Amino acid sequence: MTSSPSPFLPVLLLFLIALGVGAAILVVSGRILPGLMKPDNPQRAKLTPYECGVPPLQEGARHRYSVKFYLVAMLFILFDVETAFLLPWAVQYKAHLWTFWAMLSFLATLLVGYVYAWGKGALDWER
Amino acid sequence: MANLNLDDSVMTTRLDSVVNWARKNSLWPLPFGTACCAIEFMSMMASRYDFSRFGAEALRFSPRQSDMLLVLGTVTNKQAPVLRQIYAQMAEPKWVVAVGVCASSGGMYRTYATLQGIDRVVPVDVYVPGCPPRPETMIFGVMELQKKISRESLMGRKEHIERFYQSLARQEDLQKAKGLSSYQVVREMVLEAGHKGEQQIW
Repeated sequence: MTSSPSPFLPVLLLFLIALGVGAAILVVSGRILPGLMKPDNPQRAKLTPYECGVPPLQEGARHRYSVKFYLVAMLFILFDVETAFLLPWAVQYKAHLWTFWAMLSFLATLLVGYVYAWGKGALDWER
Repeated sequence: MANLNLDDSVMTTRLDSVVNWARKNSLWPLPFGTACCAIEFMSMMASRYDFSRFGAEALRFSPRQSDMLLVLGTVTNKQAPVLRQIYAQMAEPKWVVAVGVCASSGGMYRTYATLQGIDRVVPVDVYVPGCPPRPETMIFGVMELQKKISRESLMGRKEHIERFYQSLARQEDLQKAKGLSSYQVVREMVLEAGHKGEQQIW
């Protein structure tokens, strides 16, 4: 029993063949065939970023911008959601006292946040 | 056992015609729409005229992925270097169709501000007349381009495009030497070609 090969040897062989075939397909279709077939003519204009035909002002998209935009975007999303809630509420409003106070409490919660953001100076662009 | 005739089962052809057959039936259009011809182009791509039937299914808005530039509308002198840059950035091999009289010859805009035909700055393969041309006319123009592609030689097309790159290199050199903006340089090159009696700068 010790001298005979493991019954799982064909599984290992299958695994190795699958790996080899996969690698061969990748190499042939990704490296060898394109090198033979594709037109390869690098030009300066082709290697520059596409900016609708105008010379690009900065190289690539990895430039830095102010963190102020982040704050404005956060506040925008907050109050945008408020408006998104307000609109269907106003359309469906049937002058029930309960719905009125429910919405008012929601607005009051956001108002506290608004006053807080204002007080912290989040709405001032130049500081 | 049936008689096997080699002529019935084997087809011989040239490499040019096989490659061109594939090229003409897989055009990727890039619209350079500047005027009303672009409105007609929308109609051409939409279901009624269905331009996809002619092998130009995939419309792309990036020159990296397209090989047929459709210039739809008036091109001013200031847009001339933009058109040249976009043509240069397209994938090879590439073809240009001038759609409408403005792109073909400047049309009614016989003014100092308008390029009198885009063939002055980029090599045009097919001119489609009309102001604007109907979608049928544009489709006919592209079918003419397909006929042209099936006739041309691969090396001929390659050299044709290479000549344009040489003129683009000359434009960049002039721009550096004279310190002018790109449209001023292209304008100078067009005027210079005009004085020499040539119609184009490429």
